[in-house]
Amino acid sequence: MYNDKVMEAFRNPQNVGEVENYNGLGKVGNAACGDIMQITLRIENDVIVDAKFKTFGCAAAIATSSTATSMVIGMTVEEALKLTNKRVVEELEGPPPQKLHCSVLAEEAIKAAIEDYRNRQKGVTTPEEQPKMV
Amino acid sequence: MKEIYFDHAATTRTDERVLRKMLPYFGEIFGNPNSQHAFGREAQKAVDEARDTIAKLIGAKPNEIYFTSGGTESDNWALRGICRALKGKGRHLIISKIEHAAMLSTAKELEKDGFEFSYIGVDKEGFIDLEELESAIRPDTILIGCMYANNEIGTIEPIAEIGKIARRHGIFFFTDAVQAMGALPIDVSSSDIDLMSFSSHKFNGPKGMGALYIRTGVPLGRLISGGHQERTRRGGTTNVPGVVGMAEALRLTKETQAEDSAYVASLRDRFIGRVTEEIPYVKLNGPKDGTKRLPNNADFSFEYIEGESILFSLDLAGIAVSSGSACSSGSLEPSHVLLATGVPEELAHGSIRFTFGKENTVEEVDYAVDTLKEIVGRLRKMSPLFNLKGDMQNV
Ligand SMILES: Cc1ncc(COP(=O)(O)O)c(C=O)c1O
Ligand code: FES
Repeated sequence: MYNDKVMEAFRNPQNVGEVENYNGLGKVGNAACGDIMQITLRIENDVIVDAKFKTFGCAAAIATSSTATSMVIGMTVEEALKLTNKRVVEELEGPPPQKLHCSVLAEEAIKAAIEDYRNRQKGVTTPEEQPKMV
Repeated sequence: MKEIYFDHAATTRTDERVLRKMLPYFGEIFGNPNSQHAFGREAQKAVDEARDTIAKLIGAKPNEIYFTSGGTESDNWALRGICRALKGKGRHLIISKIEHAAMLSTAKELEKDGFEFSYIGVDKEGFIDLEELESAIRPDTILIGCMYANNEIGTIEPIAEIGKIARRHGIFFFTDAVQAMGALPIDVSSSDIDLMSFSSHKFNGPKGMGALYIRTGVPLGRLISGGHQERTRRGGTTNVPGVVGMAEALRLTKETQAEDSAYVASLRDRFIGRVTEEIPYVKLNGPKDGTKRLPNNADFSFEYIEGESILFSLDLAGIAVSSGSACSSGSLEPSHVLLATGVPEELAHGSIRFTFGKENTVEEVDYAVDTLKEIVGRLRKMSPLFNLKGDMQNV
């Protein structure tokens, strides 16, 4: 079902865990399958210097979040907001169509983490308990 | 790398001896059993012998065995055939909630054609609720169907009791014995079973080959119209190598069934014992009592992680298992069987089925448990639902 690139990203996922002193956290749930994704970011001078993910998701979710986090490290916040799941999927040359909704998780979690970062800059903290459903 | 096959409920390897027995029927004995000449007669003889063998092994009469293309066709035939034959008498059928997709999707289609189904619930271990079953019976009920043993969680259903209920109410009783046939002694003559499906590839026979047992006198419409094969009840040129292979596979299976099942159950019990003791936050699905569970089946839910990730990680380590039932692994829906037993949705997502076979070894079981421990630990570290508290550091 999965191509070699996806399987390789699944086998050796990059950026697993939680960034130590993160200043942006996004947690989203997938309405299609009930799975959950959490992304933490360390943003300095509007540049993402570190990104990590944790997921209760399938192999496609693990592979796409590994790729997505690798891609956003070094990006400015504005650039990262423009990253779509389509770009991530192109990078991996997959996964199959019935698994496309899994790649949306990473995109949405990154957006949520950036929103959380901006709120924190304004002094508002977003509650992190409930994942936002996408 | 090791190659370990723990997916015997999905399919089994065709036994060498079965294959050898089949080969001549692709070659020199290629005749069509319906033909009137010597070629045909020779093929017909093989089909007759196979039918006799199978009938004897399950306590049926030879003319009660009908060859089909497998479990799915047999299930379709039983349901649709009863509906066609008895629609004048009634349009209500009763089946369990945990039937195989071959049954459930056929039922969904029949509902569109105006038949009504009652789906009977099961308890936490997957046993059908006999009271609910009996109270669902109506004057227009034409069939009670319940699988002999569940393909996902291994529950062996109380077939004798269900049969008694069906008899008492004068309703035909169908059982899908696809998973049970290879593992359990089955004798239809001493049972109240009227219709029973089984499938050759689950007991070391060839794929695409199965049968439906139809007790003498049970009315059943045709599913496949055509020539006069199978006493005009199922058209299509007989799959002679398949028929011969299924008979030989069943003969070999029944010859050593007691020992093989005991051995496979010992692997299962070792696996269940070690997983339960050594991996925290797991739930065994299906019966705790090993005598009420298929000897080859162990099904676990691993909290905080997703089944597919476990499946692929095991696959990368050379261990073949299945997540939920093989047929539902292409979908996003959690298993209907687990949901029927009351397993919460997140847990149902993290379930893996291990099904052992007689060629597996204790070493393979131990290697699999060791590997599984590592994988579960690694995936839990990746899970946002799993907080690494002190007591969980090493899991
Ligand atoms: C309980 C049950 N019924 C029916 C089937 C379908 O059998 P077949 O693969 O021969 O069509 C299976 C096999 O997956 C099964 O486990
Ligand atoms: S199926 Fe849920 S994340 Fe892929």
